[in-house]
Amino acid sequence: MPDRNLTPTRADWRVSTPIIGPLLLLALALALAVVPFFAETATLRLMVEILAMIAMAQAWNLLAGYTGFVSVGQQAFIGIGAYGLFLFALKAGVSPFVAVLLGGLVAAGVGAAAAPALFHLRGPYFAIGSWVLAELFRIFITNTAWLGGASGLTLAQAVRGVPLTYRTHTTYWIALGVALLSVVGIYCLLRSRFGLAIRTVRDNEASAQSVGVDVARVKLMVFVVASFITGCAGAVVYLNTMFVTSTAAFTVDWSALIIFVVIVGGLGTLEGPIIGALLYFALREWLADYGTWYIIALGVIAITTMVLAPQGLWGSLTRRLPIELFPAASRLRRVNR
Amino acid sequence: MRDLIDTLVQGILLGGFFALSGLGLSLSFGIMRIVNIAHGDFLVVASYLGVVIVALTGVNPLLALLVIVPLMFAVGYVLQRALLNRAETSNELSPMLITFGLSIILHNALQEIFSADFKSLDAGPIEVASLSAGGVNIGWLPLSILLLALGIFAALHWLIANTRFGRIVRATVDDPEMTSLMGVDPRRIYALGMALSMAIVGIAGSLYGIKSSFNPMAGGDQLLFAFETVIIGGMGSIWGTLAGGMALGVSQMIGLRIDAGWGAFAGHLMFFVFLFVRPNGLLAKGGQHA
Repeated sequence: MPDRNLTPTRADWRVSTPIIGPLLLLALALALAVVPFFAETATLRLMVEILAMIAMAQAWNLLAGYTGFVSVGQQAFIGIGAYGLFLFALKAGVSPFVAVLLGGLVAAGVGAAAAPALFHLRGPYFAIGSWVLAELFRIFITNTAWLGGASGLTLAQAVRGVPLTYRTHTTYWIALGVALLSVVGIYCLLRSRFGLAIRTVRDNEASAQSVGVDVARVKLMVFVVASFITGCAGAVVYLNTMFVTSTAAFTVDWSALIIFVVIVGGLGTLEGPIIGALLYFALREWLADYGTWYIIALGVIAITTMVLAPQGLWGSLTRRLPIELFPAASRLRRVNR
Repeated sequence: MRDLIDTLVQGILLGGFFALSGLGLSLSFGIMRIVNIAHGDFLVVASYLGVVIVALTGVNPLLALLVIVPLMFAVGYVLQRALLNRAETSNELSPMLITFGLSIILHNALQEIFSADFKSLDAGPIEVASLSAGGVNIGWLPLSILLLALGIFAALHWLIANTRFGRIVRATVDDPEMTSLMGVDPRRIYALGMALSMAIVGIAGSLYGIKSSFNPMAGGDQLLFAFETVIIGGMGSIWGTLAGGMALGVSQMIGLRIDAGWGAFAGHLMFFVFLFVRPNGLLAKGGQHA
């Protein structure tokens, strides 16, 4: 006969499952999927850029916000994804649309190969190490004529005969697919058992190891997933412009933009990178005529956010209003048995 | 054979500059645990300060050092006090991202003020003078830079190892909370640490402006070279940084011998191979980085 005063309880680490967020996302995805039937080419091109930036920002957020890896070398995977696409399309005759996936896979492969070296560098040193990786590829491509050298590569030859409408629409849908994959994929990843392991590693590697988490494997997996998404997004960006140069694809400015988007939007949330990306493109459309002053303004905004509101726009909002569209953090609660 | 010796000698001479620049980066990490991504941009800022001072007064850029170094010291102090000390202390990555933002602001501001054109500082006949030893030409300028770097390394070593200030710095690095119970304000020590780091960056930047032509975008490469120097040398070892600079200098010289475009590449490649083979650096103390 159990003592009735002692209610047996257990802790439950599971994440709450709201319906609103995923439903909202589904509605948004459907609405976005039909946009090409109404929008002009220029609008579609801009939207491809936004969607690719969302995917890149989600990948960086997975690294920095959820796993604690800060990278300033994301341009390595953007450039590798782009050059992967161009080389498969130009040298192997693969359809450029299919080659987006191949570009992502090449980026994931390079990520997996470089990880053992980069993981020797901890914290801030990892960040700069990843930048060195990008520079290796940039200089190598710039000095190799077969890869287009300093003057770059153009896709014109690979899309000869493909109607413009078909091209822009397909590019747009691929971009939408990559952006959705980044949001939904990372959401599912974080809510899984593996997601719990990821957060444990971020909070304390030693104690994660002591409760049986394979820290090295978790870090490698996260890094490879982020490299894949970033590679696909990079491929999409240059499929959109049809022209790539090593200087543009491997510039550290990519990392600067991605970090701006995530920091201002809200680090460690899935909503933050989306809001940050929309804000960035709004600012760009509005202020880009001011040239360097506009870039300086972005830098000032990012620094101000980091000092005054490190949780970013979305973080500041959810602190005041109890809304969470995509909860991925587990809440401990008591459950009566 | 003579080519080989020449490459080694030129590499070691170049390494003197890398070691000096790396020392500034290493100091800010060693004391404040901050990786200053704007390191290279501040270095280029010092070169441009040289341009301004020479334009205003017409003095030799080597004399301009007397103004640039105290100025950069003040910049470092204010930077740490006004900005970096305010960043979230629980997270070592937040100051790093702030310096990344600063880097973007600095090189765009330099471009706005000075345009993207290349500039250089003219220090007179020392730039081309050289002495010949066993058939190898040794430039007076790189030799002076190397000797100056050695002097600064020795002075810093003495400052940290033998003075009251050095003791306080070492205590603060070991345990900021305990040290503050002893009446030391760690934030002030951090500010002085950054000031010292920036003073060294000021010297390196002026010399950089004399030895090569530069534009506002040169900072990124300079950060990476300084970073590679520190990691190759081994974290936490001042003399390791000196050795790291030499190793990087020699690698770049070998790359340059192959083709003008491959200098930086050879350095980056050596750094990566190094991470696989000897991740703790040439003269590392303790087991791991950071």
